[in-house]
Amino acid sequence: MSEATYPTTWTKPKLIPSPVKRYGLYVLIAVYLALAVRDIEFDWGRMTVGLERGWAFLSGFFHPDIRSRWDEIVIGMKESLTMTVVASVAGILISVPFGLGAAKNISHPLVYYFCRTVIAFSRSFQEVIIAILFVAMFGFGPFAGFLTIVVATIGFLGKLIAEAIEDIDPAQVEAIRATGASWGQTFNYGVQPQIMPRFVGLCMYRLDINFRESAVVGIVGAGGIGATLNTAIERYEFDVAAGILLLIIAIVIVLEYASAFVRKRAQ
Amino acid sequence: MLEIEKLSKKYPTGDLALTDVSLSVPAGQLVGLIGPSGAGKSTLIRCVNRLVEPSSGSIRLNGEDLTRFGKRRLREARRRIGMIFQEHALMERLTVMENVLSGRLGYVGFWKSFFRRFPGQSVAEAFKILDRVGLGAFPNKRADALSGGQRQRVGIARALLQNPDLLLVDEPTASLDPKTSRQIMRLICELCAERGLSAIVNIHDVPLAQAYLPRIVGLKAGRIVYDGPAQGLTPEVLTRIYGEEDWAKTERSEDEEGAGEQETLKVEKVLEAS
Repeated sequence: MSEATYPTTWTKPKLIPSPVKRYGLYVLIAVYLALAVRDIEFDWGRMTVGLERGWAFLSGFFHPDIRSRWDEIVIGMKESLTMTVVASVAGILISVPFGLGAAKNISHPLVYYFCRTVIAFSRSFQEVIIAILFVAMFGFGPFAGFLTIVVATIGFLGKLIAEAIEDIDPAQVEAIRATGASWGQTFNYGVQPQIMPRFVGLCMYRLDINFRESAVVGIVGAGGIGATLNTAIERYEFDVAAGILLLIIAIVIVLEYASAFVRKRAQ
Repeated sequence: MLEIEKLSKKYPTGDLALTDVSLSVPAGQLVGLIGPSGAGKSTLIRCVNRLVEPSSGSIRLNGEDLTRFGKRRLREARRRIGMIFQEHALMERLTVMENVLSGRLGYVGFWKSFFRRFPGQSVAEAFKILDRVGLGAFPNKRADALSGGQRQRVGIARALLQNPDLLLVDEPTASLDPKTSRQIMRLICELCAERGLSAIVNIHDVPLAQAYLPRIVGLKAGRIVYDGPAQGLTPEVLTRIYGEEDWAKTERSEDEEGAGEQETLKVEKVLEAS
């Protein structure tokens, strides 16, 4: 009885078994990258000018100035915070029914497609583009910003609420249905407790995003701190701009801590 | 009391889960439903309260055909049918009391249940049942803070609060240890006797079924292949239900040798089968 000899090496099977196709693919990728890099135009002259301006902007951070334009900053901040809170509340309230309708496991097929379409629409454009549209429709100011954020919130929350509902444990829902509960009761007892922590977390996260968005949409004329920031940059007051940016960072950090606290409580 | 006649279920995928199943359960009787995985045990009990829609056949509860009911009447009928689930199916983040009171959802309006304002009588009844299943001390604990056996007790309390005529019990002891399994089975049997309930108990542990359930129905590939007393489960009958196997070893665990022994026997069986 001689010992059977087994191989001492083993290699994982390759994703693309044929070596010709495998190496061919590598070559194609390399050629494409080489061509792509060759097509990029470098304008070294423009870059040196830009570096200077970039440095001027960055050096603003060494002596940020929030005092000289304090009144404008306060008005902008108030506008942004109001826009954020009001638009978040409105967005959350509207996104809940769309989220329910867009969850395949609890919704009627027709309602499902309608809600999915609405959500897809509101997600298909970046906030800035929606803001430009609303500014054109309703004029400059925070109302356009408010509408922009509401629309963005519906798309974001609606989709994520629907996904949270689609992920639930169906046994708990079945158990409630078996007691003779109505649709509303089944949702309230069987679905809602399962999605609540995620829902609260998502709302807090969206509040945070909405504040940052409120700063961005201001740049295209939708009011708020973004408008103040834009004015500062146009005046080449980079120290004021730096001060505003630092304030925005501070508020985002505060919101981050607040959301961590709230999420912990909602578990 | 419960009359199932020529019940068939064909899933949209084309799988024939049940074929011409007829079963009659008189008031106060406990029936054990055994059979291999995929035999249609779960489908059968879910057809009774129409969590699964039957394809054909009739289900009469106290003379009324449940398969003909519209939404509203179906909900009313479901109130009379309590269900106990595999892995308990409690709402993990709700309190024990909310879980038990959810058994009354079919009787209260949406806003009353939304604000958890159940009628005083229901609340008193819930406390009483919790006490009966041995959980009187934890009405405010969250369900996910309980042990497996305790959770199943909450599940039982929820079903009983419906004040049902019939209990549908789906694998009540799956995921429970042998000792807890026996306690839970005993509790279910005692409660059925106290309240004169009939029950269909879906169970895959044959010795446990034989120990607690007087009548056994064997299901194989969607058809009833045995219906008779628990003592009648001879090796030949088990072979008819489950297929060829050395049944002598399973039978030995019948004479109460202790839970540990029972487990090792089950492991042996799995190894032999592979």
